Amino acid sequence: MTTTTLTAPPRPHPRPARERRRPPVLGYVGLAAVALLVGAPLVWLLLASLKTPAETYAVPLQWLPSTLTPDNYVAAGDTVPLGRMFLNSTLLTVLGAGLKVALGLACAYALVFLDIPLRRFFFYLVVGTLMIPSQITIIPNFTLVAELGWLDTYQGILVPGLASAFGTFLFRQHFLTLPTAILEAAHLDGAGHWRRLWLFVVPLSWPTIAAVTLVSVVAEWNDYLWPLLVVERAEMLTLPVGLTWLQNIEGLSNWGVLLAGAVLVTLPVLIVFLVLQRRLVQGLVAGAVTG
Amino acid sequence: MFTYRPLVQSLYLSTLQWNLGSPVARPIGLGNYVEWFTAPSTPRVLTTTLVFGVATVGGAMVLGLATALLLNRGLRGTALVRTVAFAPYVLSGFAVGVLWLFIFDPRYGAMNALLRGIGLDGPHWYNDRPWPLVMIIVVYLWKNLGYVALIYLAGLQAVPRDLTDAAALDGAGPVRTLRSIVLPLLTPTSFFLLLTLLMSSLQAFDVIQAMTQGGPLSSTTTLMYQVYVEGFVTQRAGYASAVATVLFVLLVAMTALQMRFLERKVHYS
Repeated sequence: MTTTTLTAPPRPHPRPARERRRPPVLGYVGLAAVALLVGAPLVWLLLASLKTPAETYAVPLQWLPSTLTPDNYVAAGDTVPLGRMFLNSTLLTVLGAGLKVALGLACAYALVFLDIPLRRFFFYLVVGTLMIPSQITIIPNFTLVAELGWLDTYQGILVPGLASAFGTFLFRQHFLTLPTAILEAAHLDGAGHWRRLWLFVVPLSWPTIAAVTLVSVVAEWNDYLWPLLVVERAEMLTLPVGLTWLQNIEGLSNWGVLLAGAVLVTLPVLIVFLVLQRRLVQGLVAGAVTG
Repeated sequence: MFTYRPLVQSLYLSTLQWNLGSPVARPIGLGNYVEWFTAPSTPRVLTTTLVFGVATVGGAMVLGLATALLLNRGLRGTALVRTVAFAPYVLSGFAVGVLWLFIFDPRYGAMNALLRGIGLDGPHWYNDRPWPLVMIIVVYLWKNLGYVALIYLAGLQAVPRDLTDAAALDGAGPVRTLRSIVLPLLTPTSFFLLLTLLMSSLQAFDVIQAMTQGGPLSSTTTLMYQVYVEGFVTQRAGYASAVATVLFVLLVAMTALQMRFLERKVHYS
């Protein structure tokens, strides 16, 4: 590691002498440690899910599987309806994230471009929901959903989470930076709010829309407590809740199967993250930068 | 609709003696609150919540800042490490809990194998106090580290280079520079992190559910987990609403306190 640093091309701006003289060995050790501490458990998960039971329960520990076998995945599929769970999770994620973004856009548009009375009040009302923790809302929401007969339905899982203050907030911050002249011109040309939103505001907001969409996708896919409460039938299971069922059925006696389930829950998000990480991180960090 | 209405309704429910799904609800005024405040389990739950909160929030901030300082040095491979460090933050808490439960498995897990490797006898993580709580704290730190590091990194990159260079020329060591220049400039970032981490720490659920279900003997039951247990396991919805209200009041009080005392110290540029 030291040699690569020493042969690195010199920086355009000379740094203070103290820093230049000492090659940052400690820095590289630190980086390697972080990568190892955080990354190793994930690699371990993938490897362990592909082991045979004999390898999983070997004492002393066998770190690498001798052959990769999909048996654990097959066994997991025999215990819980994996295909259906995948479909449910995907459907709820796409619908949930899509509706959240649409509602957030509409709500932020109203907050910024519509001359409604008490606009500030409504804004604080929206931001205030960010401060209300979920535990205070789950019991009343659960009784409401039960009264509506929505237990074990897609709308029961979906609807209570739709009002996304996060999206509304980010969209509003972005809309405030848009040039109002364009919108006024469109207004004079006779474009209604709907057309103005779609033809002018949305095309100017793609980066924010992408970030909010990705954050919502991750949140919906991982959502756990609410679907756990609302779902009672196997065919309505989402992947994280399905993993709970798998854990309850297989117990701690069948690690391989359980870990295969964990891989199925985490892998899609991990892939989305690795492919689209810049946008996703932008969205997740956006709250910090604007605040 | 799904946020403000339940907030009010929760207050109302907390004055009822009412079981989930039962048609009979009896108004008992502050009875639920009295019961909670006098329950023998309450000090334990509060201590657990406090320890968990301080360890996860404080730990994540210290480790996250250290990682951010490391990532800010512009070494090769930084982008890769940043990606790896952030990855757990986007993963399902329940799945992450299952993974770590396996790692901590006393017989077949990697943790005790590693400890044996350096000649130590690993504890029975699932059973012996305080290890179940430690286990959960470790997992939350692992999961949130990248997020905190990234936010701090954004803050660090806003620190003007000439300020730190000037300090170095004046003979200030890295520690001195950090304490006198970088940390004060980072206070808005720290303040933001403190608030958001506290919120998420008090609402932590899925990892606890995956790993310990609040046990053994309630040793990992935080206030949030108690709301779930009372509401949906023992089905005492009225009582659970009272606990939720206590938690909410606590949260609002802490947020207000922070706003009041920390806002003064915050340097906005």
